[in-house]
Formats: sequence, structure tokens, C-alpha cells
Amino acid sequence: MTRLTLTTEGDQHVIVTRRFAVSPADVYRAHVEPDLIRQWMLGPDGWVMTDCQSEPKPGGKIRFAWSDGGNGGFSLTGEYQMLDPGKRIVHVERMHLPDPTPDNHIETTFTPDGPGTLLTLRMTLPDAATRAAMLETGMEDGMEASYARIDPLLLAVDAG
Amino acid sequence: MTPDKFAALADPTRLALLSALATGEKTVNELTAPFDMSQPAISRHLKILQEAGLIMRRIDGTKRPCRLAPDGLEQIEAWANMMRRTYAANYDRLDQVLANLPEGDAT
Repeated sequence: MTRLTLTTEGDQHVIVTRRFAVSPADVYRAHVEPDLIRQWMLGPDGWVMTDCQSEPKPGGKIRFAWSDGGNGGFSLTGEYQMLDPGKRIVHVERMHLPDPTPDNHIETTFTPDGPGTLLTLRMTLPDAATRAAMLETGMEDGMEASYARIDPLLLAVDAG
Repeated sequence: MTPDKFAALADPTRLALLSALATGEKTVNELTAPFDMSQPAISRHLKILQEAGLIMRRIDGTKRPCRLAPDGLEQIEAWANMMRRTYAANYDRLDQVLANLPEGDAT
């Protein structure tokens, strides 16, 4: 069963959807409570979370850090902007690699779906505007083709 | 793994450098000329692009000319796939976390 989708909306947004078996209230909790976040937000296999701070209130700080167990690792910081418990989270985040990436604005909504939840992440791509500008400067065909293939990211993952 | 390529692209200066390199190999001096930035600053951007696999450099006497890596941007697709796998793995774990939440613990 295909449960996760990742699509683009225009050239600025990436939309991720996923269905969960439990209520929006529970899925929401798992997104804001550090004790729950650190159990699942681990990224690729083999990575561990070395820092997990979340202050779910407007202006509250977010700080996550991951390690691959060796020398690899990166962190993410952000701020909550709006929280509607059980329904919606609006926050901004950036990765530190170690230079910070531009702010990524993310709206997470938790919608009742029968007895479960439809989770929707809507994020603003950090480089959308500059990407378009780059194409206008006449990049080589091969590079344009690469970008063109990114645009219709209409792909789904069999998460089962 | 790393979103390095994506991060490398998420900067106007680095995109401009890639645009300049689209027309062919260039030295650091040639790349620095159009910018109101110091050569060390440009070199730092080039290093990020190189580490992300988007450009390649060779040694030519005292120069280190840069050119686009042939498959650099195609790896952006790999990044998108990685992101998709990451979300899928995270949410599979979240299913387990949610299944083990104590009943009625939501307040």
C-alpha cells in the first residue's frame, strides 16, 4: 500500500502526505514532544539523534542534531510560529552543514481521516526563486534537463 | 547521505558561480571578477560546491581551474529520493511509536 507521497506544487513547494492509524491529537503530540520525537525522527538507517529540543509555543525554539555514529552529523534549528494543538503546526527551520541553509517554512496539518489521520507537510523549497533565475541565464541543456526532472517530483514511496 | 548538494545550491552566489561555469572552465580570478566579493570568499563557495560534487577542479601550474561536474545536478534527483526514503523510514518508525502510546494519554 502506498502511504507516503511527495509531490511538488508549482516550483516553490514540496508537499508530503502520509496516513496514520491513530488520532490527529496523537500524531500531533509525536511532532512536538521531545520524548516522542527522538524515537522516530532519525533520518536514514544508522543515524541517531544527539540533541532534541522542542518548545511547542509561538516563538519556541527547535533544535535537533543527528550523528551517523562516526564523524558525520548535522543539526537543525528552528522556531515555532503558530500551533493549533491537534490540528496544525507552522514553523521555520534551517539545517547547519555547518553553514546554515536558507530558512525553510513548513506548515504541518493533521486532518481527521476516518479513525486515523492524514498528515500533510507543505514546505517552501529554499532555492526555488534562484533556481528559476539560474535557468534564465541559459544553463546547458543537460543541466536544464536535470532540473526539469526535479520539477515533476510526482513520486510515491511504498512505505509498507 | 547528505543534503549537501541541495544546500550547496541554496545560495545565490553559488548558483551564479555554476552559471558562470556553464560556459566552460574558469579560474578563480575569472570567477571572482563579476562579484563584489573577495577571492577568499569566492574560494569558500567553490569549496562547498566541490565538496557537494557539483564542480571539479584540476591543477594547472599555480592555478586550480574549475568546471562543472558532469553528473553533479543529476545527483539532486538522488537527494530527492533520499528525502523520500528518509520520510518513509521516519514515518514507519512513527507508526510504531504511535501504536505504543499509552491509551488515553493524550491531554
